[in-house]
Amino acid sequence: MIQNKFIASSTFRLALLYVTLFAASVLLLFSFIYWSSVRYMAAQSDAGIQTEIQTLSDRYERAGMPGLRRLILERITRQQPTGSSLYILTDPTGRHVVGNISRWPTVEPEDGWLNFRLETRDRDNPETHPARAKKFQLSGGFRLLVGEDIQELKAAQRQIIIALGWGVILTLVLGLAGGFFMSRRMLTRLETINQTSQNIIDGDLKSRVPVSARGDEFDRLAINLNQMLDQIQELMESIKQVSDNIAHDLKTPLFRLRQHLESLSKLSEISPEHTQALVQSLSEADRLLGLFNALLRIARIESEAVKKALQPVKLADLARDLAELYEPLAEEKHQALDVVIQQSPTVIGDQDMLFQALANILDNAIKYTPANGIIQVTVTEDANQAIIYICDNGPGIQADDHEKVFQRFVRLDHSRSKPGNGLGLSLARALLHLHDAAVELSGNHPGLCVKVEMPIDK
Amino acid sequence: MRILLIEDDQDVARHVSRGLKESGHVVDIAENGIDGFSLATEENYDVLVIDRMLPRLDGLTLIENLRSRNNLTPVLILSALGELEDRIIGLRAGGDDYLPKPFAFEELLARVEALGRRTFQGSANTHLKVSELEMDVLSRKVQRAGQAISLQPREFRLLEYLMRHSGQVVTRTMLLENVWDYHFDPQTNVIDVHVSRLRSKIDRDFEYPLLQTVRGAGYMLCDSE
Repeated sequence: MIQNKFIASSTFRLALLYVTLFAASVLLLFSFIYWSSVRYMAAQSDAGIQTEIQTLSDRYERAGMPGLRRLILERITRQQPTGSSLYILTDPTGRHVVGNISRWPTVEPEDGWLNFRLETRDRDNPETHPARAKKFQLSGGFRLLVGEDIQELKAAQRQIIIALGWGVILTLVLGLAGGFFMSRRMLTRLETINQTSQNIIDGDLKSRVPVSARGDEFDRLAINLNQMLDQIQELMESIKQVSDNIAHDLKTPLFRLRQHLESLSKLSEISPEHTQALVQSLSEADRLLGLFNALLRIARIESEAVKKALQPVKLADLARDLAELYEPLAEEKHQALDVVIQQSPTVIGDQDMLFQALANILDNAIKYTPANGIIQVTVTEDANQAIIYICDNGPGIQADDHEKVFQRFVRLDHSRSKPGNGLGLSLARALLHLHDAAVELSGNHPGLCVKVEMPIDK
Repeated sequence: MRILLIEDDQDVARHVSRGLKESGHVVDIAENGIDGFSLATEENYDVLVIDRMLPRLDGLTLIENLRSRNNLTPVLILSALGELEDRIIGLRAGGDDYLPKPFAFEELLARVEALGRRTFQGSANTHLKVSELEMDVLSRKVQRAGQAISLQPREFRLLEYLMRHSGQVVTRTMLLENVWDYHFDPQTNVIDVHVSRLRSKIDRDFEYPLLQTVRGAGYMLCDSE
């Protein structure tokens, strides 16, 4: 998984591209070096042969055949057994006069040069070597061939190829290793930024990107990101603060207004119509107060300013109580409300808060599931996690909206006609998050399944 | 009943005391914690209504001081913090009931009266009788005008609570807290459905209704026609 992530990273791909380009240019450079050195070596050898022919033909001019023979013999005997110079002199009939190769090579010359295979004189270990020679027509029908065993030259050329090849391999290995380490380093630093972003997405708004002492571009990025996050957090807090302040500040005058309405409605001298209007106003005021209270409550729970009365809570009992309380409501809508206890996990939490959260979810299920629907509350556990499912076979919620329904005041189109303030699920989630519980919506084909998952008390 | 209201918000104090007086109670008001503490220790009250946030001596400390002097007068805590979650702290300090602001006056009245009654009508009584409705708490039998009524366990507890507070307004929240023992805020009035079920069992086939709905407040089981 990590390896895949690494290979998929753009730094690694960049490093790979860089290494490939670098290796290609190294290869090109080495090819040129090889090509020019081979050419130079061949030219050197050819020039040597040319000079030797010149020297020998000069000697022939001046000292005739015996002089030439002597010189060639001298050259042959003087050179090491491993020497590479080749000589052969034939008379006009083609007979061998002198030389260290036995017969005239049978290949056709190209531009006066002969490339042929030469059998070594070593009887024990016969092998053929490549050789290159030039022939020269002497006056009097004599033919001279001067050449060189280029086995050594070829070997040197091979040696160059091997050296250059190793060079390319070394370049590739070093380049890849360097790229690997460099990109892993970059990835590690980027990963810390990613991790921070993920923490923030997961709700830890206080998380920040660590800044090292180096002051490089990553640190500058981190500093900028952190400043941006500070600003966003400030803005979010001020928005929250403003809405909470509004709720808080309006609550008191609204409470007073309610008190006055209440006093008025108790007066004996007002008419029944007025009483009716006052009662309606009172219930409106109550609705508003309820809304503000819910808003403030969510704000306090989200800021974790509330104290939980922690105690072991048996989820099976909680689910049964919940179903018992809501069963008549479901029955009114001819809905079946079933409780299935598969396991009976105990969690640590505030019983009232958990009850409130589950009640809000169940209340929604009953509200949105049409008559004759089925609602099922399941309590189970899985790998140290207590799980409660509240599933219905109602209209469900589109997957795109699954996250949306938890936001404050969000009411999906089809729910606008139903009573409610759009805070029920927000409150439920805030309460569950306070208990390290995760809430997840999924389809129930048809309907909606709400899954609440929290750690089991060991 | 004689009630001491310790509340620094004069608007709230005036409104509450007027309401309580109209319901036939005697009300004294203290505007800060020190005065409230002196009055509560010097005089004899049936119920104390104490705001949590008070000048000079805060409500919770006041209650703790009272309890440490063995003053066991029932206390209803009012809290502007308005949080269900703060209830626990209030009750731990020695309060008997907790009412978050803003509240409907009926809610406060019902709770104050329930607290006042508690001192002289304990739960020791196992045979309850309201008009022609009778309940034997031990054998779990209920009958009206000699006719046996069969109730579900929860309906039984609901009726028991209503009977123990007969002639007294009982709010939905009080029922939720005392019959179901959950302190939470239901989005829908689930209690109404339970009450109407109970009503169909104890009232429907009889001459006159016993279980009344009190508009804007809650329910009341009446002693008389």
